[in-house]
Amino acid sequence: MPKITRVQELVYEIKIEEVMTRNVITVTPQTSMAELREILRTHRISGTPVVKDGELIGIISVEDLIKALAGGEIEATVEKRMTTDPVTLCADEPIIIAVNHFARYDFGRFPVVDREGKLIGILTRGDIIEGLLKKLEVEYHEEEIRRYRVSHIFEDIVSDRTSLVLRYDVITHDFDHAGEASSKIKRALNRLGAPPEIVRRAAIAAYEAEMNIILHTDEGGELVAEIQPGQIIIRAVDTGPGIPDVEQAMQPGFSTAPEWIRELGFGAGMGLSNIQRCADEMHLESPLGKWTSLEVVIYLDQRGLCSRSESGGVIQVQAPQRRRSET
Amino acid sequence: MKLGEIVSIVEGTLLFEADLDMEIPCAGAADLMSDVLAFAEPGSVLLTGLCNPQVVRTAEMADIVAIIFVRGKQPPPETVALAKGKGIPLATTPHTMFEMCGRLYQAGLRGCNISCRIEPAR
Repeated sequence: MPKITRVQELVYEIKIEEVMTRNVITVTPQTSMAELREILRTHRISGTPVVKDGELIGIISVEDLIKALAGGEIEATVEKRMTTDPVTLCADEPIIIAVNHFARYDFGRFPVVDREGKLIGILTRGDIIEGLLKKLEVEYHEEEIRRYRVSHIFEDIVSDRTSLVLRYDVITHDFDHAGEASSKIKRALNRLGAPPEIVRRAAIAAYEAEMNIILHTDEGGELVAEIQPGQIIIRAVDTGPGIPDVEQAMQPGFSTAPEWIRELGFGAGMGLSNIQRCADEMHLESPLGKWTSLEVVIYLDQRGLCSRSESGGVIQVQAPQRRRSET
Repeated sequence: MKLGEIVSIVEGTLLFEADLDMEIPCAGAADLMSDVLAFAEPGSVLLTGLCNPQVVRTAEMADIVAIIFVRGKQPPPETVALAKGKGIPLATTPHTMFEMCGRLYQAGLRGCNISCRIEPAR
């Protein structure tokens, strides 16, 4: 996959000083190879920087020690066997620089210096891996806590009637953004930890309702998702033109959509029956020439999961002549 | 069936890199998005001749995991960009919808198992 992973991002974000080993064991140029062997053995390290008067002048590794042993020069000083002008890393650089250094040079470790060139740490491949894993673990924990908090919002925030209301303005004939509101509702429900089948039903109902506002209204309308502890309510309200015959509009396959709507893949006359299919309760009110108000209720608790019939739940259609002021 | 197998059976071209090992249990085919919303099973692949971004939106809502455009149709950049953002792989095939459904079915991919029986509204 061409997707950038979190680890790939992290190698650019984390600085070398965050993962390097700080308490560096060093030797002086006058240290003998025999002493070096003891230092490497007791600290279980495979190399160490050589420092003279606080200044980094070289690096010496177990390989240098083996070569010295083979040449019978166990009493030689480090100064004679070390690599001078060692390649260093800057503490405030991102670890991607170090990763590239390890790939380019065949060294097991790099001394880390500050901007003044003073030795302040040492970095191995192991340090990088450990640093990345620690960071990932911390982020994983934070994400877990965040997820827990969101999914327990209704237990943490207590009132007599708690609900979370998400409102979206839907603009008529705005095909470029069609479906965005429903997409956001779907994401919110997922974050709140609603079961996938419930999320899917709410998303499909919201999307059909959103498309109805975009395709059929004069001036657009509003899509609202109200999330309560036991149910999700999707409301779509617009300012007209209203539905001439609500009963007829509910019939699967009945459509008044012109050709241009059909070309978009909609207008098959399935919108309202799809919404009904997803709903535990559906309330539709539409006085002709006035407005349309659609309310879909999806139960989150057992009564919804058990009692819902395959074709949808309770349908309540208001007579078209009824006025809002009378309700 | 794996996505890679499906793409190869339809002689399809992927429009951007995708996880070909993704397991897809069933398929649906339609040009009307409301039909897709009514009859698609979560996790399925959609074969369609419609190319606008609403196809991707529909897939997103119905938990469809991949889309194949039939009859050699090339989706516009908006559709491709939206699908990339949602992580829904897209492929195109020069063949007809009927031909592709036949080949996939013959290879053992089943249809979405959602009842198409429609009850009149009460």
